[in-house]
Amino acid sequence: MTIIAADELAEGRPPASPDSQPPAQRIEGRTPLQLAWARLRRDKVSIFCLFVIVLLVLSAVFAPVLTGWIGHGPNEQYRDIGLSPEGLPQAPNGTFWLGTDDLGRDILSRIIYGTRVSLLVGVLATALAVLVGLAVGTTSGYYGGKVDTFLSRTMDVFLSFPFLLFAISLVSVFQPSLKISIFVIAFFTWSNVGRIVRGQVLSIREKEYIEAARSLGAGDFRIMTVDVIPNLVAPLIVYSTLLIPTAIVFEATLSFLGLGVVPPTPTWGNMISESLSTYLQAPWFVFFPSLALFIATLAFNLLGDGLRDALDPRAARVLARK
Amino acid sequence: MGRFIARRLLFGVVVLFVISLAVFVLFFVVAPGDPAANFVGKSPTPEQIQQAKVRYGLDKPVPEQYLQYVGRLLHGDLGYSFRNAEPVRKTLLDRLPATASLAGGAAVVWLLMGIPIGILAATKPRSIRDRLATVFALGGLSIPPFVAGLLLLYFLYYRLSLNGLDIFPASGYVPLTQNPFEWARHLILPWFALALVTAASYSRITRGSLLEVLGEDYIRTARAKGLSERRVIYRHGLRSALTPVVTLLGIDVGTLLGGAIVTEVVFGLQGIGQNAIVAVSTGDLPVIFGTVLFAAFFIVIANILVDIAYAVLDSRVRLA
Repeated sequence: MTIIAADELAEGRPPASPDSQPPAQRIEGRTPLQLAWARLRRDKVSIFCLFVIVLLVLSAVFAPVLTGWIGHGPNEQYRDIGLSPEGLPQAPNGTFWLGTDDLGRDILSRIIYGTRVSLLVGVLATALAVLVGLAVGTTSGYYGGKVDTFLSRTMDVFLSFPFLLFAISLVSVFQPSLKISIFVIAFFTWSNVGRIVRGQVLSIREKEYIEAARSLGAGDFRIMTVDVIPNLVAPLIVYSTLLIPTAIVFEATLSFLGLGVVPPTPTWGNMISESLSTYLQAPWFVFFPSLALFIATLAFNLLGDGLRDALDPRAARVLARK
Repeated sequence: MGRFIARRLLFGVVVLFVISLAVFVLFFVVAPGDPAANFVGKSPTPEQIQQAKVRYGLDKPVPEQYLQYVGRLLHGDLGYSFRNAEPVRKTLLDRLPATASLAGGAAVVWLLMGIPIGILAATKPRSIRDRLATVFALGGLSIPPFVAGLLLLYFLYYRLSLNGLDIFPASGYVPLTQNPFEWARHLILPWFALALVTAASYSRITRGSLLEVLGEDYIRTARAKGLSERRVIYRHGLRSALTPVVTLLGIDVGTLLGGAIVTEVVFGLQGIGQNAIVAVSTGDLPVIFGTVLFAAFFIVIANILVDIAYAVLDSRVRLA
């Protein structure tokens, strides 16, 4: 049993490869990420959320297989059995587990396919935003002075954009598509990442090890990539996890307003938007896509919350257990 | 103080200038298609397009067009709608009361929900009620506003009206000056739809900042003086703990005044946001333009007010 005090985490270097283990009982050095994982593993809520997210990813990847089992494609219209004689959607039943929509399509199949768009947009838009925010924020915080003034003012301007309004006008100019959704979401979130990164870098660059690196002759680029950015891993992981649900909701909002991914591609936002004319008579039509959206965003939000606790070295908890 | 405000105002003007430039470039330079085609009817002849170009100055070089456009803006002229030829400024001002009623009322509701929940959570950290507050906050953060709106409509409008209880109307806006009671009745559901979702972040921020403040020395001093816990929290703690809440409030209300797009669409409120969606779907460029600038104006003003409020509320902040 090893006991590692939380202050060892402050060392700040990200994980290298795990030590090769000679035989016998040796005290194992654990990297900050390993420690964080050990903490996270004891947080039941986070693990459950992780499980839900893995399920979502699996259903996105294996959507064709899953809908093959169900036997209803996402865009097949069952006008005979999927609609009531009055032409209204069918309530959940043995054939259509979650009911049908206004065109007699299987809601379950469409929700499964909708996972693809939501996750894709959530992850790619976040990755893009984090990449740009990291680059701009690091440059701004590291160089300071005029560069910093210019870049942080630029970020301020971005934060002053009425973003949903501007996003819908952008989308309307370029015609809605998956690519433009991802781009637009990243376009309006990178400055948030940039601000956070800049703040962190401002304090990191005053540390002694930066001075040490410089006195050893390291150049700016090397210091930024080797000494500064690895210290940002923890806050970036947390922030990315919290940005993904924001991006998912953003995409659903665009789809809901008819400016996201073009129908008939099933997305949760499209489904909710399509339900508007009949959902009072067919509440399942709006309820299940909304539930899918809620579960996905909640899972990411809760996991982000758990990750914040697990990755924060200041959360003084002594760790035992192997 | 005067210098500080002047600097902030100057930066605000710069921001508006940059946004106007971005919007202009987006619609008149980057956008595919000929902008002049928007000024004429469907399937126009080349001569008609040429006429429109000359008439609206679109035949001139782009920088000159931009200067003309800014010149008109400075006179408060936002142009005329393609759809109904109404001045855009008039449309926006006509629509503002609905949007402002929605934003203002919702802000009151979310403050009344968010702050008390935050206080309850912060005064007993790690207790059951703190956990419940966290669940409320994360749940609220995970519900998109349109989902909240549709659920409220289904349960509180449709299900109630099936049972003969027509308490809440489904949509529409009645001006306050016309009938205050009907005004509120039409707005209650939109207020709650917007507030339920927004209160979440307020409860989180109140909790976080109050927890931080309650750990400070002067709170210990206040307790040591023998003040009641109630007085310590509400008089001494809350005052500085609410500074970040004020910031958030300013920015949220500022953003909403430019159109609470989703909520207005769901509840059929004829506000600025709904108008913008119609403009986007019909390619009504001057209206989109005007709305973006109008909204940016509110955000900029809100940011300036927030900075000033910060300095007034929190004596530790020095104006630079």
